[in-house]
Amino acid sequence: MIKLDKVSKKFGTGTLALSSIDLTIENGEFVFLVGPSGSGKTTIFRLITRELLPTEGTIIVNDWDVAKLPKHKIPHLRKRIGVVFQDLKLLLDRTIFENIALPMEIAGINIIEAKNRIEEVLEQVGIAEHKEKFPIQLSGGELQRVAIARALALSPDIILADEPTGNLDMDTSWEIVKLLSLINQKGTTVIMATHNAEFINSLAKRVVSLDKGHLIGDVKKKKKTKENKL
Amino acid sequence: MKTFKTMWHNIRRSPYQALAAIMVMMLTFLAVSFLTFLIFGSAKAINYFESKPQVTAFFRNDTKQSDINELEAKLRDTESIASVKFVSKEEALKIYQEQNKNDPLLLDLVTADILPASLEISTVKIADLENVYKTLKSSPLIQEVIFQKDVVSTLTSWTSALRKVGLALVVVLSLVSVFIMATVIGVKVSQKKEDIEIMRLIGATNWYIRWPFILEGIFYGFIGAFIGWAIATGALLYSVPFLSSFLKGIPIFPVPLLFFAELLLTEFILAGILGAFSSFLAVLRYLK
Repeated sequence: MIKLDKVSKKFGTGTLALSSIDLTIENGEFVFLVGPSGSGKTTIFRLITRELLPTEGTIIVNDWDVAKLPKHKIPHLRKRIGVVFQDLKLLLDRTIFENIALPMEIAGINIIEAKNRIEEVLEQVGIAEHKEKFPIQLSGGELQRVAIARALALSPDIILADEPTGNLDMDTSWEIVKLLSLINQKGTTVIMATHNAEFINSLAKRVVSLDKGHLIGDVKKKKKTKENKL
Repeated sequence: MKTFKTMWHNIRRSPYQALAAIMVMMLTFLAVSFLTFLIFGSAKAINYFESKPQVTAFFRNDTKQSDINELEAKLRDTESIASVKFVSKEEALKIYQEQNKNDPLLLDLVTADILPASLEISTVKIADLENVYKTLKSSPLIQEVIFQKDVVSTLTSWTSALRKVGLALVVVLSLVSVFIMATVIGVKVSQKKEDIEIMRLIGATNWYIRWPFILEGIFYGFIGAFIGWAIATGALLYSVPFLSSFLKGIPIFPVPLLFFAELLLTEFILAGILGAFSSFLAVLRYLK
């Protein structure tokens, strides 16, 4: 469970990124976090992973009070949350296989166990044939899948996907959203930041709207289009 | 295993930086090796001179054996005296013959009669030599007294000065090594700044990030120390024939192999500490 209780974030520059946000996301939910650029979507993700500390309020993730978490416990928190970064953050000098292996390596998982899991994740996201390639050899959609695979590697409880379809064409974007939806169906909580209205309107998912750091809407959409089979 | 792989990867990526780090470590440990040779060599030389009879008192030809025995017993009872050895005229002749065995002319000319009997005395402390010298000099039985105080004190003051200069040099070189290594590794850390950030965001602990760099520092230390040790040891072994003839009689050579092995081991430990510390410093500012 993720619970933000009256969370505000003011940066050193004076910019108010979030203002008194109350938000609860239950285990196994799929939530779209929507809003224009600068509305605070990425800031929420950064607060959940303790990349930033809130100026006010409390953030609870899986019984951890994130803001009060001692520094040495932060890696434990981050291992339980898979993040698909907006800029992907893949290591360019490592192969796809090595990139996906990285969280497992960091977690100290033995190589044989890790290998089986990586193969499984590669199959799940559909890029098994690219595992020996380097990021520079892959297309945008494929790279996005690599980032999702890396986020999935440690079987996290939560996936935070920050604009995972931002630079992709519509067909590829739908594939990514389907993939995240499938991951969610297996029990993982997925929060996807986007400003693509088509997904939001097409899928029967919860939509949390932000604007200029304020929470302006929290609704559960009803199924209505061709994609409602998701 | 992966940590070693990452370390090796980092080294191969920037061979010139690696070479600079190794060279500076080599210089430091070359100085450490030479200083160690100097300290141990001079300690052996001083021990040798200190353990030699430091005062030799030659008796007058007409001195009775009973008087000699009385003086010897008196000296033995003195607390400050470590040992007293009586050398009779016959023993003196034997020593003379041994020293001049290759010169028959000198051997023919000398008999036991013309060589004086003597007492070879060593003291516990060098400072007591003066008193023993004065006591013996004033004795009517003694014709001449010689002692090696000057040799030992000159040697002691020289080696003490050399040790101080050497230690200062080693300290300065160690500091230079730490700074250069920290700079070299700092550049590498800086080049990997983004990767480090990514690793932290996906749950890497600071130690996971630190280890490859620390191992890299230790690796440079080991290689530099080994090269420095090998050059110094090679130079010492090469100059053994020259040094043996120069330091004739002082039992420094052959240097036992165990000494070289112990020196290498000590240098590896020191190099490891220096390397690890430098890397730790370099990574510190990126992992606050």
